[in-house]
Amino acid sequence: MARIPSAAPADRFPASGRRSRFPYLLTAILAASVVYSLRAAQVDPRRFFEGDVLANVARFVRGALPPELSREFLGLMLRPALETVQISVMGTAIAVLIGIPLGLLATSSLTWRGVLHERASRAGRWGLGFVPYALARAALSVFRSIPEYVWAFMFVRAVGLGPFPGVLAIGVAYGGMLGKVYSEILESMNPRPLETLHAAGASRLGVVLYGLVPQALPNVVAYTLYRWECAIRASAILGFVGAGGLGQQIELSMRMFQFNEVLTLLAVLFVLVAAVDFASARIRARLA
Amino acid sequence: MARLPAARPSRAWALWVGAGFAALLLWSWQGTGVDLASLFGREGLRQIAVYVRKLFPPDLSAAALSAAGAGAVETFAISLIGSLLAVAIALPMSLLATRTLLYRGILFEGRRLHPGARAVRLGFYAAGKAALNVLRTIPEIVWALIFVFVVGLGPFPGVLALGVHTGGVLGKLFGEVLEDVDPAPLEALQATGASRVRILIYGVLPQALPQFVSYALYRWEVNIRAAAVLGFVGAGGLGQRIYVAISLFHEQELMTLILAIYAIVTLVDALSAYLRSRLV
Repeated sequence: MARIPSAAPADRFPASGRRSRFPYLLTAILAASVVYSLRAAQVDPRRFFEGDVLANVARFVRGALPPELSREFLGLMLRPALETVQISVMGTAIAVLIGIPLGLLATSSLTWRGVLHERASRAGRWGLGFVPYALARAALSVFRSIPEYVWAFMFVRAVGLGPFPGVLAIGVAYGGMLGKVYSEILESMNPRPLETLHAAGASRLGVVLYGLVPQALPNVVAYTLYRWECAIRASAILGFVGAGGLGQQIELSMRMFQFNEVLTLLAVLFVLVAAVDFASARIRARLA
Repeated sequence: MARLPAARPSRAWALWVGAGFAALLLWSWQGTGVDLASLFGREGLRQIAVYVRKLFPPDLSAAALSAAGAGAVETFAISLIGSLLAVAIALPMSLLATRTLLYRGILFEGRRLHPGARAVRLGFYAAGKAALNVLRTIPEIVWALIFVFVVGLGPFPGVLALGVHTGGVLGKLFGEVLEDVDPAPLEALQATGASRVRILIYGVLPQALPQFVSYALYRWEVNIRAAAVLGFVGAGGLGQRIYVAISLFHEQELMTLILAIYAIVTLVDALSAYLRSRLV
């Protein structure tokens, strides 16, 4: 409110008054990379006016309608549909188990910086604080930058086909994301209650339990629920590499050109995702 | 901050939700056959160690590096063109998914719509929303399978898959942005007698564009990750090479490709953050 309005925009211009060449350069680089990418990605819209492509589109649409709704097929698909939910729940649970300890270690205000460590020795801060902090950050970064499909594929190799590798893939990849976000939530917390507890002589554990956890918990739970919503989508697809659930069935039906089955499975997936979104949104609304 | 106790979720509610999740967890545990004991038992850990050792050192021969480089460039191209296609789909579609541009709100206060015209516009809105829902609900990789069937193998179906799915996502987000713009400038424009199209161009779009750019850049970051795996179903990029490397047990080559994914994802994240800070 107290800011002088005319002062803010003025400092956006360089003092010398020289025009920046930046916008032109940026536009040129972007245009060049778009042109290059169009070639590299072999984009060819004319394909859509060629006979074979049009015939394929027609074949797909005709094959998909009407969707397969026989009692037998629906009965067979019940199990994979439930499995998809189970994979998402278990995967998120394992992600939490990975995310909490690594997230705590990756929080600089808990491990080596700030009010809790004012009186720690230099060596203690580095050896017991910074080194675990850096290691945890690196592990989280590796976990989340390898896509969950790649994890799933590797786990299928390691523990065999079925839902278990799907659970592990979601657990590891989402563990990396949860840990990072948990640490960001913890670092953004108001330090005042921690300082007060610290000044009152509370131990570090006491400061964390009574100063940090009550502040951070609603955000942590809300973000975890949001990730669960993402996990149900992911678990529906991980089956493409053999990790159970609906994805495996979608892949099979697609490979056998049973497009009417594909349509039914997509509808089932839609219902599952909507149900999980609804439940999660309800709980998050109550928490906020 | 200081929240009143009455506003907190009640204890009974928290207990019910907690018990529900516990039951869900048990059911899922039993259903997925999770066996952490054997995974972290001696044999399991030994196998993991053996596998991890096989990944090192990454294959840095010229052939592997050029394959990873080509895959990374292709993945980048798929994500960039796919995201642009998504914006091209989302911009017109989002106009259909915006109630305040079609039949209600400030634009229609002065000049009331004929009930018939209103019904037609409501129909457009419903159709637009439904179309966006379909585009968004079908996951990229299923779109990729469909487009591989339609146009054949290669990066092009990957571009189409990303464009169509992300088009649905961005269309919904753009529509929400358009509905949430500050109405004061629109009212000022309307008071001067500006037409609806002018209000859209001079009142709504200038407010919405920075958010459009920001969302599009965010989805580009999502798409570079997606583009890296679409190859699993034959839609080009690094995914295809990763699929081959895992299938043929070429672990050191796999490591090189994973490093390539890491590099390209980091690059796009940085680019996107930079563009956002300059443009938005």
